[in-house]
Amino acid sequence: MAFNAAVVTFPGSNCDRDMVVALEKVSGVAPHRVWHGDADLPQGLDFIALPGGFSYGDYLRCGAIASRSPIMQAVIKAAERGVPVLGVCNGFQVLTESGLLPGALLRNAGLDFVCREVSLEVANAQTLFTGGYEAGQIIRIPVAHHDGNYFADGATLDRLEGEGRVAFRYAESVNGSARQIAGVLNNAGNVLGMMPHPERAIEATHGGTDGRTLFESAIRGLMDA
Amino acid sequence: MKVRVHVSLKPGVLDPQGRAIQHSLEGLGFAGVNDVRAGRLFELDVEESVSDAALDDMCRKLLANMVIENYRIEKVTV
Repeated sequence: MAFNAAVVTFPGSNCDRDMVVALEKVSGVAPHRVWHGDADLPQGLDFIALPGGFSYGDYLRCGAIASRSPIMQAVIKAAERGVPVLGVCNGFQVLTESGLLPGALLRNAGLDFVCREVSLEVANAQTLFTGGYEAGQIIRIPVAHHDGNYFADGATLDRLEGEGRVAFRYAESVNGSARQIAGVLNNAGNVLGMMPHPERAIEATHGGTDGRTLFESAIRGLMDA
Repeated sequence: MKVRVHVSLKPGVLDPQGRAIQHSLEGLGFAGVNDVRAGRLFELDVEESVSDAALDDMCRKLLANMVIENYRIEKVTV
C-alpha cells in the first residue's frame, strides 16, 4: 500500500515544499498538498505534516491564527482518530496553539532569531517518529526560529518527562527552552511537535542526513503496521 | 460598545522582551525600574447585544493563550 501523506500550507508557510520533497524522497510517493482554507483532508491519510514558516505573518501569536483555520479543525479530528501528525517549527507552534500539544512557545530567551545547525539528544527512541534512532543518540539538525522557547508549568513538564513524551532535547544552549525540550509528543504518541527541521537534513548535500531517520522511522512504522 | 481586553503574561512566565525593555530604560538613565512585563491591548467595538459570556469566550478562544497569559476585560464608558 502506498504511503498517503498530506502537507498543509498556510498563508506564510515557507517550509511546505521542503516537507513535500522530504516525504516524497523518503517514501517514494508525492504527498497531497492541502490549503489552509480547505474544510476536509484527503481520505485515508497515513500522515499529516504541518510545515515551518510564518503562518498569517505570526499575527497575534505564532501559530495562533493558523490553529483556528478551517483545515485545522479537520487535522484536530484526524489526530484524535490516531492519524500521525508532525509539526515542525511553526507547525509545532500551531500544534500547541490548537491544544493538540501541551505548553507554549515563547520568544527565544536571548531575543535573537537562531538559525544554525544544533545538536539534539534523542530523549525517547521508542516512538513512531524516533524508532530508527538510539536512545541518547546525539544528532545534528538545523533550527531557524525566533519563538522556540518551550514553556509549560512544572507539573506538565514532570508529566511529559515521566511519560516519555519528550522526544528530543537540545544538547546545547539554543533558546532557553524549559528542560532543554526541543520536541514533545501528545499523550497517545501520534502527534509530534519539534522546533528543529528534520526535513532540512535528509540528503548529504544538506550537510547531514540525521533528519532522514525520523521520516524513515515513521514511514516504516506505519507501512509495517 | 467599546471594550478593552488587556492580555498579560502569567506570573512566572519568563518575559525576555520585558527584560530587554527594562535594560533599555536603565540604559536611558531611568533608575528604580525593578521589572517590566510586556502585554497586549485589544480595543474592540462590539454591538450592545454581545454578552459578557461571549466576550469571555473570545478571550479564551483567541485573544489570550491561557497556557501563558491572563486577560482582563474592561468596558469603556464614553
